[in-house]
This record gives sequence, structure tokens and C-alpha cells, in this order.
Amino acid sequence: MTTEAIRVFNRPPRHIPRRVVLIVVLLFFAVVFAMPLLWMISASLKPENEVLQSPPTFIPSEFQWGNYSQAGHGLLPFFLNSCKLAALNVGFLLLFASLAGYGFARLNFAFKNLAFALLLSTAMIPGIVYLVPQYMLFRQMGWIDTHYPLWVPNVLTPVFGTFLLRQAFRGIPIELEEAAKLDGASIFGTFWRIMLPQVKPALAAVGALTFMGSWNDLFGPLIFLNSTRLQTMPIALALFKGEYFTQTNLMMAAATLTILPPLLLFLLAQKYFVQGITMSGLKG
Amino acid sequence: MANAVLPTVSPPSVDGPSATRKRPKQKPKRQNLAGWLFVGPVIFGVLFFQLAPVAASLVVSLTNWTGLNSPKFLGLGNYKELFTADDTFWPSLKNTVIFTVVVVVLTIFIGLGLAVLCNQKIKGIGIFRTLYYSPAVTNVVAIGFVWFWLYNPDSGLFNSTLKTIGIHGPAWLSDTKTALIAVMIVALWQGVGYPMVILLAGLQSIDQSLIEAATVDGASAWRRFWSVVFPLLTPSLFFLTITQFITSFQVFGIIYVMTSGGPNNATSVFIFQIYEAAFGHGRLGYASAMGWVLFVIVGVVTAIQWRMEKRWVHYDN
Repeated sequence: MTTEAIRVFNRPPRHIPRRVVLIVVLLFFAVVFAMPLLWMISASLKPENEVLQSPPTFIPSEFQWGNYSQAGHGLLPFFLNSCKLAALNVGFLLLFASLAGYGFARLNFAFKNLAFALLLSTAMIPGIVYLVPQYMLFRQMGWIDTHYPLWVPNVLTPVFGTFLLRQAFRGIPIELEEAAKLDGASIFGTFWRIMLPQVKPALAAVGALTFMGSWNDLFGPLIFLNSTRLQTMPIALALFKGEYFTQTNLMMAAATLTILPPLLLFLLAQKYFVQGITMSGLKG
Repeated sequence: MANAVLPTVSPPSVDGPSATRKRPKQKPKRQNLAGWLFVGPVIFGVLFFQLAPVAASLVVSLTNWTGLNSPKFLGLGNYKELFTADDTFWPSLKNTVIFTVVVVVLTIFIGLGLAVLCNQKIKGIGIFRTLYYSPAVTNVVAIGFVWFWLYNPDSGLFNSTLKTIGIHGPAWLSDTKTALIAVMIVALWQGVGYPMVILLAGLQSIDQSLIEAATVDGASAWRRFWSVVFPLLTPSLFFLTITQFITSFQVFGIIYVMTSGGPNNATSVFIFQIYEAAFGHGRLGYASAMGWVLFVIVGVVTAIQWRMEKRWVHYDN
């Protein structure tokens, strides 16, 4: 049989049913993944008595938008703490990771390979192993119950970010840099003005992943903070359970508000986000 | 991509020995300071915040330190206690192993299925892709509460729905038989997005002409997948078995939020025990010993996985 004959023979009978099956399967998984989030939003808008009603109804009988202002009011200080920490983490991590990434990609210095191997090796150490000594270290430094442990160690140990930016810098044509050097630019000037703007997509990818990590961090605030006023959104949510939000609808409104910022960021920066994740699976 | 950097790394002896010696000697001298200024902060961070604490943790694990007392040297006493006298260690290790095996296998398996689905050429496929990945960006505390409510034995969505069709649902999180399963379902729901994205990238990097060639040879879709596509995905799958194992073995957040290890230690996992020992009971030495046991387990299993690599991972080059 010729190839054309095989195509004619193989395709048409399967084509339409296969497409239908595919769409049904896609929709099935869409329901599975969206269902808990949709019920969360549905419950967050219901009057209190309706949440516990059996059998449950998906569409609220009346939309109580007031649940959000009630939940949001209590969460505002913690929202601001989370925003502050996310900004510090993203800003400084991008600075240090791009400096180191450029150094490893383009500069020649003593013990470069050793330093790079050292950096990568730490990616394999489970964080819990150094948690206790870190806790003691921060106590010595007077950092317990401050925000420092939640960003300073992170921004100075950006293993993945350094790796990803190193890869990105290596992809920039060397001629660009040499032209800048001929114009008399310093090493730092070349890095800052010429090279950094070239790796914006990689910076966006690392930035998006760093934001998620900072916003969703549970262990850090749990261990290093004691004062309620310093807490972040996730911990505040845990603290509020039982204390303020004995009502499920308010609890779900608070959960929605906590999930919303990373979800919106993901929807907006999806391309960079996926790129960053994909790069994390890259060998070498 | 990688070639761009090669000229600066001094290619060996193309110009003869004297020429190669002169050039690199000038360059490194000028760049040593600059180079270390660029990478210095990160290297300092790694040494100060990670490697030094790891070393210190080994020393602490040999003592009875609480952080307040003057520590006494116990030798391997903490380790001995952990293995022989601690009646939560073995159950929590068992739970951790069950959780890890189920979550690693199923996230990769389902992730592969979803990646194949999302790789189809259908209008609006991007919406499905986004939808499937979105649980992965949600906060574990918030999502823990949502599932906690869905699992409520009386008023939760699952049991209310089951009741309408006349089935008396299980107690989910408050029954020792179902609690770990209930937690694993949440972990799967949140955990399949990452393998899906990695495998989708793997699928999209496959040379289409290979698949076309197999089609021309008359291979069925099923055959094409297992004989052509799957072998080319094995490097991604290998990467995922390593990373998914390391993260699943350290599960904490979902357990902390949903069950706190209960009921009756039915969902107690290893990291949760370490957290309790260190910050619940103030036994920093003991917690450090547990941390090192975890480190060794993770290290050994990862080493075994690397060893097995040759048997099933197919590299194109």
C-alpha cells in the first residue's frame, strides 16, 4: 500500500469518534481539577446556613459579597506582610541570582567550577536537615520573630535561579558583549546595561516562581515568627480557623482571597511560569 | 546555545603551547576579583545558610541539646532511641513510604496521561492546560481548608452527595482507615500539574518526523506511543522520579493543615515527627538525628535511582 492509501484507510473512520472521546475526557479532568475551587467560591458567597445545607446547592440563593469584605478586613495586615516579603524575595533574589548567573556564564575566575559544583550540590540536601542549626543561628543573630529569616537566606541561596539565568546568559551572542567592551564599558556596566535586558524572559520565569514560593511558604513563618502581627496570609488563615472564622462561608472567602494573587499571577505570566518549570527539568 | 561561551574558556592547544599560556594568564588576573564579586554573595549564602548548618546539624544530632541547656554528648544515643525506643518512628516511616510511593507513581502516571491529552491539536486546549495546572499554584493552607470542608463526614460535599443516592459515606479524615487516602487524594490533585508540564515539554520536543515515519510504516497509535514516543520521554520521566521522590518524602504542609498527623498517628509522616520533636518538645538534638536519618534515606534511594538509570532511560545522543 502507498502512504496515501494508508492515510485514507486509517484516518476517516477513527477521526470523528476519537475527537469526541478526547473532548469528553478533557472535560472530565477539567471538572475534577476545577471542582474544589469552584465549590470554594460558591461557598464563599453563600449565607451561613446554606453552606451546611443537605443536599448541597452549587449556586447560592443570594450572593453575599459582604463575606469578602468581612474576611478581607481581618486579613489586610497579613496580606501586606505577604506582599512585603514577596517583593523582598523577588527583588533581591533576581539581583543575586542574575549576578551569580552572569559570573558563572561569562567570567573567568579561580575555583569557578568548584564554586558551581558546590552551589548545585546543595540542591540535593533536604531543607529539614539544616533547619535546627539555622533556627539556632537566627536566634543568636536576634532574627527570631523578625521577617529577616523569611527572605535573607532565600535570596542568598538561589540555586535554581542562578542555574536558569546562567543558561540564559550563555544563550546571548558573545559579540554583543564584546561590542560593549570595545566601547569602554566596565564589566558591571556590560552586565547591567547590555546583558540583563537580554534575559528578561528568564528573569520573569525566576521571578514568578520566587513569588509563588514566598507567597505559599508555610514552614518559614510557622517556625521563625511568634507575633501575630508579623504573620503572613497562610498562617493567618490557620490562626483564624476557629478564632474568627467559625463560619465556613467566611473561611472560604478568606481561602479564596489567599489563593487569588498567585492564581492571577499564574494566569497573567503563564508563558514565563511554564518556561521556568520546564527549565527546571532541563539536564546539564 | 552552549557554544557561545566556549571561546572565553580557552580552547586547549590550538595555537600551540606558548600562545595558550599567554592569553589566559592575562584574563583571569583581571577577572578574579570581578568574578568573585558576582558570585560571592550566593556562594557566601550557600556556605553560611546551608552547608555550615548541615555540618552543625550532624554534631547537634550527637547531643541532647534543647537550645537552652548545656549540651551533653550522647554518641549515637539519639539514633539508638529513634530506631529502638520511639514508637512513632516506624509508623510514621511507613506512612511516609506509602504516601511517597503512591504519590510519585500516580502523579507521574496521571501527569503523563494529561500531557498526552494536552498535546492534542484541539481548539482551546490552552484553557484545559491552564485549568489542569492551576491547583499546583494554590496555597496549601487555603486548599487544605477547602478539602477539609469537602471531606466533612456530615455536611461535606462528598458525603452529602453520597447521601442523596443512598450511600453512607466514610468519615474520611477522622477515620484511621481512610485518613491517609483522603490526604493522598489532595496531594495528587495538587501534585500532577508539575509532571504534566515537564512531560508536555518533553512531548513537544520530540521530532515529529520520527512519529510520521512510524505512521508510514503502519504502526498503530498505541504502538507509536510505546515504541517511539515513550522511549524519548524516559529522560524526563527519570528526572521526575528523582525530584518527585525527594519532594514527596518531605511532605509536611498538607499533613500539618489537614490532620496534624491524626487520627491516632494514621497520617503522621516523618517531617511532621521532626517538626514535633524540634518545636513541640524542644528536643533539637533528637530532631537533628531524625533529619540526618531522612537525609541518608533520601540520599541512598536517589543513588539507587541513578544506578538504575542505564536500564531504562534512553538518551538520544
